[in-house]
Amino acid sequence: MSLTESLKMAWRALVGNRLRAILTMLGIIIGVAAVIALITAGQAATSSVTSSVQALGSNLISVSPIRSSGVVLYPQDSAWLLQVVPQIKADAPLVEASVTSSYETVSWSTTLIGTTPAALGIEGRKLAQGRFISAQDLSGNRDVAVLGQTVAQSLFGARDPMRQTISVNGTPFTVIGVLQATGGAFGANADNVIIVPVPAAEWVAGTTQLTGIEAQARSAAIAPLAVAQITAVLNHRFATTNAASVVSQDQILSTLSTITATLTLMLGGIAGISLLVGGIGIMNIMLVTVSERTREIGLRKALGASRQAILSQFLIESSLLSVAGGAIGVVVGVGLSGLLTHLLGAGGVSISAVALALGFSLLVGIGFGIWPAANASHLDPVQALYHD
Amino acid sequence: MTEVVRVDELSRIFRTGAVEVQAVRSVSFSIEEGAMVAIMGPSGSGKTTMMNMLGCLDRPTSGRYFLGGEDVAKKTDDALARIRNRRIGFVFQSYNLLTALNALENVELPLVYRGMASGERHRVAAQTLAEVGLSELMSFRPYELSGGQQQRVGIARALAGTPDLLLADEPTGNLDSVSGEEILNLFLDLHQRGRTLIIVTHDEQVALHCQRIIRLKDGRVLSDQPVDPARRRIKADLGTRALTS
Ligand SMILES: Nc1ncnc2c1ncn2[C@@H]1O[C@H](COP(=O)(O)OP(=O)(O)OP(=O)(O)O)[C@@H](O)[C@H]1O
Ligand SMILES: [Mg+2]
Repeated sequence: MSLTESLKMAWRALVGNRLRAILTMLGIIIGVAAVIALITAGQAATSSVTSSVQALGSNLISVSPIRSSGVVLYPQDSAWLLQVVPQIKADAPLVEASVTSSYETVSWSTTLIGTTPAALGIEGRKLAQGRFISAQDLSGNRDVAVLGQTVAQSLFGARDPMRQTISVNGTPFTVIGVLQATGGAFGANADNVIIVPVPAAEWVAGTTQLTGIEAQARSAAIAPLAVAQITAVLNHRFATTNAASVVSQDQILSTLSTITATLTLMLGGIAGISLLVGGIGIMNIMLVTVSERTREIGLRKALGASRQAILSQFLIESSLLSVAGGAIGVVVGVGLSGLLTHLLGAGGVSISAVALALGFSLLVGIGFGIWPAANASHLDPVQALYHD
Repeated sequence: MTEVVRVDELSRIFRTGAVEVQAVRSVSFSIEEGAMVAIMGPSGSGKTTMMNMLGCLDRPTSGRYFLGGEDVAKKTDDALARIRNRRIGFVFQSYNLLTALNALENVELPLVYRGMASGERHRVAAQTLAEVGLSELMSFRPYELSGGQQQRVGIARALAGTPDLLLADEPTGNLDSVSGEEILNLFLDLHQRGRTLIIVTHDEQVALHCQRIIRLKDGRVLSDQPVDPARRRIKADLGTRALTS
């Protein structure tokens, strides 16, 4: 018997029992849609994490002194580090403080970062307006500020912040530039900053101690070596084994992608279980179908159907159920993914997730259909024929 | 004359738990091509069991069965399926039509399992339905047909594959006397065209139209006798006339 013949037969059997077929498919539809939507969500999270980490700057290494080891760094240590570690091509000190900024009647809580002109290149930031802090600003002790997008919008709305004076914890600063947004759902903090020259930040924060130093490795390949070298020189200088936490962007990225990959796998796995439950639903209904149609099976055997013909009849029926369910599930899943992408602002439907879900649903149909179909094919023709 | 069926010491024992039923016990007979044979006997005498073995649906517990000279008792399931498909036509008391299919599609079923292309299948099935007088009702579903019409579809289905042997287990058992007579006439017509028929019946009138009656009791052959030709011919003539009129 030809495949088209078998398909036609299976189709008629399913259409003849429409409601049952649809309800059975529902399990697969939900499973497939869930797999696609959840994998898309996981991948959206991964890509947004990745892009916001990459937005931190290329080959970025952050150095944070560990106070419990008695280590304190000062602004001049940044120049020293650049000298003693040949693997880095630039670095910048960071003096950070939580502050309240205000313009006219508007106030906004944000992070003040005092640094040097090198920070712009190290972090790979771009300016939307104006200029970044310069060497003259530092040496001239000028109270100038560069605003992150979030701060600019919160304080000024649609107005132009350039050359306006804002107050940071009571100290007036002149706005000389606005940074471009870094983008990415997890990048919100990088936009909620005010960047000023180091001396100005020291004044506002009331301390000359650094929160850290950020450095740029000469290349991605050399970054691990740079990390080791920085760790070594700091440990040596402070005569400790634990002077600072030194982390490269790569390390952050790989840690984060391990986390998000696990998350994606977990989400996919949960959705996969629902697909499995859908498969059990198919098996259940196929067992019912076989026992309901025992006489029909007996008759077909009496008319000359081979075991294999009966087996493939029911296998094709269950596969058709699961593949049709899978196809509808793909449509629903792609729709849901579109919605998620819209809400998360990242992602997009994953083709591999669609292929995976469809392939898995076909496997489920065959896998869970094989037992009922084998039962049918092994029925004794006489007993089946006179079954009631 | 060629021998179509020969059974030799055929037995069938059913075992259900500790109970053993000897449904057919050492039955031997042979049937020649073109014969029309009735099998009679009280309920439980083993007629259906016998027919199932003759139709290769069931295997004997012991003994041999030659179909067209070939020993079929030891064949594999798939080989038996093939024999049922090509060489046997089965007519059932309860018609056994598939309600999801119309008359034409029901008749096509055995041809589907023969791998016949659909165009050819339609043609053969339609022609066979016309032979049993149902060319007008080909697209009707079983539940839209009378009992007699359904049985004619059943007969067309058995005939469509041009089998060597036509087996009918109480084909008129579910029918009123008028429909029963129509079906009987159809069988007589087939007989006259040279078909080999074995009919299980409780109806003495049906049996008298056959050439020979095998009577079973408790699984054994009680008697195996030809029907008086004089009595037969009159009935047969009446039958043919009824069919052609
Ligand atoms: N599958 C089976 N398992 C056990 N016993 C069976 C089975 N099939 C038939 N029998 C027994 O075999 C005997 C013969 O049954 P069979 O159906 O052949 O009789 P029959 O002559 O066709 O009767 P009826 O005229 O009522 O149709 C009966 O005693 C029956 O109970
Ligand atoms: Mg019987």
